[in-house]
Amino acid sequence: MLAKRIIPCLDVRDGKVVKGVNFVGIKEVGDPVQCAIDYDRQGADEITFLDITATHEGRSTMIDVVRNTAKNVFVPLTVGGGIRTVDDFRQLLRAGADKISVNSAAVRNPQLISEAADKFGSQCVVVAIDARRKEDGGFTVVVNGGRIDMQMDAIAWAKECERRGAGEILLTSMDTDGCKQGFDLELTNAISQVVHIPVIASGGCGKLDHFSEVFEKTGADAALAASLFHFKELTVQQVKEHLRSHNIPVRR
Amino acid sequence: MIAIIDYGAGNLFSVKNALDYLQIENKITANPAELAAADGMILPGVGAFRDAMTMLNQSGFTEAIKQQVKAGKPLLGICLGMQMLFEKGYEFGETDGLGLIPGCVQRIDSGGLKIPHMGWNDLTVLHDCALSADVQDGDYVYFVHSYRAETSDDYISCYATYHEKIPGLVFHDNIYGAQFHPEKSGQVGMGILKNFARLVTT
Repeated sequence: MLAKRIIPCLDVRDGKVVKGVNFVGIKEVGDPVQCAIDYDRQGADEITFLDITATHEGRSTMIDVVRNTAKNVFVPLTVGGGIRTVDDFRQLLRAGADKISVNSAAVRNPQLISEAADKFGSQCVVVAIDARRKEDGGFTVVVNGGRIDMQMDAIAWAKECERRGAGEILLTSMDTDGCKQGFDLELTNAISQVVHIPVIASGGCGKLDHFSEVFEKTGADAALAASLFHFKELTVQQVKEHLRSHNIPVRR
Repeated sequence: MIAIIDYGAGNLFSVKNALDYLQIENKITANPAELAAADGMILPGVGAFRDAMTMLNQSGFTEAIKQQVKAGKPLLGICLGMQMLFEKGYEFGETDGLGLIPGCVQRIDSGGLKIPHMGWNDLTVLHDCALSADVQDGDYVYFVHSYRAETSDDYISCYATYHEKIPGLVFHDNIYGAQFHPEKSGQVGMGILKNFARLVTT
């Protein structure tokens, strides 16, 4: 039986792990390679880097980070943030990434999903969808950290991603992200019920029960968290022990 | 030295990273003649059976691999590299494989479960082999594939269950194959690579 995956996410800027606290700006908190090694030791099933660098120099730094991580961590490695072209895919895959996640570039140019899937295989194409509730019901796709509403139905977009060859969907709820009140069960269910590719739930976990809840009440295949693991409120190991006690299959 | 065979369709660098980390001497080679100098061989592979076999044939590796295997050198196929060890594949029509292990490669019958079979799946040990020494029932390894081998239990060391039985680790004399990615399977995978290296150096 396939195990449910626990995926810690690291935000990286200019080659350093950074984390904003209470919106008072971003502070540097560590070396991404070392953080990835630590998560690997805790039993992370996969590690995700989100590159929040804006500059060209920062991007080549990210490639070095991926290369050094791939030499020391032997679980799948996903890289996202600022990927615009098939050539960006190629560079990161060559550096040792196993999967690439695309977000706004895919929304603006869905052809990127098809081209990347054709060239490198669906297994390495992850589409990150940031979604928010609409006042009149349903969910809309947003980009740029929620600042821009694309006026697209999130469910229809998820189906299109699958049809174009996406191998996985990383689904973040803009309504629950950062609130620590639990994953967005309604959104996760709405998406996981209409696609046949794995869905990674993201945004909103604050305690152990939120992890068991998302696997017991939705079709999520994996759960991703950043701050919770980053500030050591929980370890991956604690999450897995909790899930095991709820009879949810996890990798030991 | 273990030769990592570069025929144009492999995840060579993750295999190399893993061997380097374990301090196992290795070399990526695109030259079939270099296999003669190697003590063991790893055949990686990502993509479709037919394309990969075409590339393997055109690069001259098919004959070179068969010769070295006949001479007794250990060979480990990974993912598609494992599938190519069998006699035939049925991805995009029937294609001859290397024919080193009896059996063929068919699409997974997932009974409605998601395809590709992607993620961490637990193994059941059927027969011990030199590579499975540290593998225990219930150990998880990382799979990414849509096709699977169909072969006699005699050649299956470990299998995963995903609606049907998925051969995970196969063996036949000095020939080994892993359907999963040992280089992405954490400690369990590293143990398998270490055992393969031990076979090569002793």
